[in-house]
Amino acid sequence: MAGPGGDMQWCFSQVKGAIDDDVAEADIISTVEFNHTGELLATGDKGGRVVIFQQEIENKSQPQFRSEYNVYSTFQSHEPEFDYLKSLEIEEKINKIRWLPQKNAAQFLLSTNDKTIKLWKISERDKRPEGYNLKEEDGRYKDPNTITSLRVPVLIPMDLMVEASPRRVFANAHTYHINSISVNSDNETYLSADDLRINLWHLEITDRSFNIVDIKPANMEELTEVITAAEFHPHQCNTFVYSSSKGTIRLCDMRASALCDKHSKLFEEPEDPSNRSFFSEIISSISDVKFSHNGRYMMTRDYLSVKIWDLNMENRPVETYQVHEYLRSKLCSLYENDCIFDKFECCWNGNDSVVMTGSYNNFFRMFDRGHRRDVTLEASRENSKPMQVLKPRKVCAGGKRKKDEISVDSLDFNKKILHTAWHPQDNIIAVATTNNLYIFQDKVN
Amino acid sequence: MSATTAMEVNAEARRILAVSISKLYASRTQRGGLRLHRSLLLSMVMRSARDIYHSSRESEAPSGPQPAPAEEPMEVGSGPGEQAELPAPQPELEPAVSPAETAEPGSAEEGCDGEFAEDKENRSPARQSRKRRGKASAAPDFLPSKRARLEPGEERYAAPLGSCRVGAGESLTALSLNRVIPAF
Repeated sequence: MAGPGGDMQWCFSQVKGAIDDDVAEADIISTVEFNHTGELLATGDKGGRVVIFQQEIENKSQPQFRSEYNVYSTFQSHEPEFDYLKSLEIEEKINKIRWLPQKNAAQFLLSTNDKTIKLWKISERDKRPEGYNLKEEDGRYKDPNTITSLRVPVLIPMDLMVEASPRRVFANAHTYHINSISVNSDNETYLSADDLRINLWHLEITDRSFNIVDIKPANMEELTEVITAAEFHPHQCNTFVYSSSKGTIRLCDMRASALCDKHSKLFEEPEDPSNRSFFSEIISSISDVKFSHNGRYMMTRDYLSVKIWDLNMENRPVETYQVHEYLRSKLCSLYENDCIFDKFECCWNGNDSVVMTGSYNNFFRMFDRGHRRDVTLEASRENSKPMQVLKPRKVCAGGKRKKDEISVDSLDFNKKILHTAWHPQDNIIAVATTNNLYIFQDKVN
Repeated sequence: MSATTAMEVNAEARRILAVSISKLYASRTQRGGLRLHRSLLLSMVMRSARDIYHSSRESEAPSGPQPAPAEEPMEVGSGPGEQAELPAPQPELEPAVSPAETAEPGSAEEGCDGEFAEDKENRSPARQSRKRRGKASAAPDFLPSKRARLEPGEERYAAPLGSCRVGAGESLTALSLNRVIPAF
């Protein structure tokens, strides 16, 4: 972490995306995800496209430059659809991407929009057959009378081509909008969650899914909370959690019953009465939940803070980090400009020692759990010279503004970082601003 | 509580209510349809704003002339054809909003938050019974009228006793809150 005595210094590595200030809506990045080795980095956007970047093999002659990520494959995952029964348009925006662990030469990922999940196979082709008997090289069929001998076609090298093909389409299982997908550690099943229900799928079976959580009340007027995120435990294939708009997290065990409406554990922190305000309900809504890699902790993100929970302690989190507490007094304005509804995500680093989440003004925050340090960094084109070290930023909440500090009122609330991802092993992070993807690396000492 | 504070709270509550309603209507035309989560949060804010608005009006003008036909409480009623829904909204609205009521005051905060927090403490005893005591809540004047346009030659009849029909404008708020969720 950058700072006095800090052992991590973050440097700019790359930025992907258009430079224009005029952002096309379809280019707005809506999800970012590294695969399990970190070699591939996938992004989804509002236009329904998935772009995959691949880390190039390290340049041994210039060890100070870590390998770069370059475009590997781009494909249109989802198209806009129309629900004729309800007269509603179904957005093509990619809500989540989750990679499957690699089993063979091809890569697989799940991508989802509001209603449909798709399994994509990404495979490489670097050879092609040549020397057919019945066809010319351009594909035209030969006149059979001209064929006088028989030959065996041979495979010859060709330029690498990366193909993405949809292998499964999991549709028509969600009445409400899908907010999460999570692949089980058994590598055979996955869950998908919408506002009121969670379904369990088998990766091979598309015409059936099991409903495992249903919080829809008999009378919709009695609705008081919705599901906001869900995730499988990284090692225990029977365990998953889901978070709610009321700030609670429920851990469920699929061995207990087929329908997991009754939770095994309920994680909830009593509200601090001194912080009670008109918008308390909105800001306590959890926008993301992520298990730690070791499976002992989980992290939740609500509007103003990040909380780390020990799975063995339900009554309060073990750590709470304030992301942008200076916004607490601005909730009214943030309600009017809709920012209070922003759903920030959060992520762990590879060894669960640091957590990261985004904020406004293209700031993002890192919290070092072990050293009790935190830092605010900025993703901007001004700090984008190769290997430029990022300077820590500071927001002045009130009173006298020091040099280099930014006052709360000058923050740009249109520049928000909602999606971030951390390489599973190395100190490489991907940070998505509205339509650009920034890649930062820890300075190699 | 001073009259000025009550007025400020009143104005703030009205503003929040107006903002919330406009957001609710705007979300109808959003691509992808109504978002349940967002609508739920909006309706929660609207309920709190509405309650504070009415509480501050009650305490502001206790002797104010309020027409009192035997009308159902404000939560009820969004027009004909929905009378079957009447029993349902009231019970759960009370528990749903009570967490907001029993709030302790916050420390002095900028903007509208501080005013609400302050007044919640002062008014909490009065707000335990949220049922309107037979008084028809006067329509907030910033809301448009929802009365049907009459054809030439028609007459407007007085609502029969016990019907769910409430004053013009009131139905808009009630409509938004009760119907936003079942709209899914």
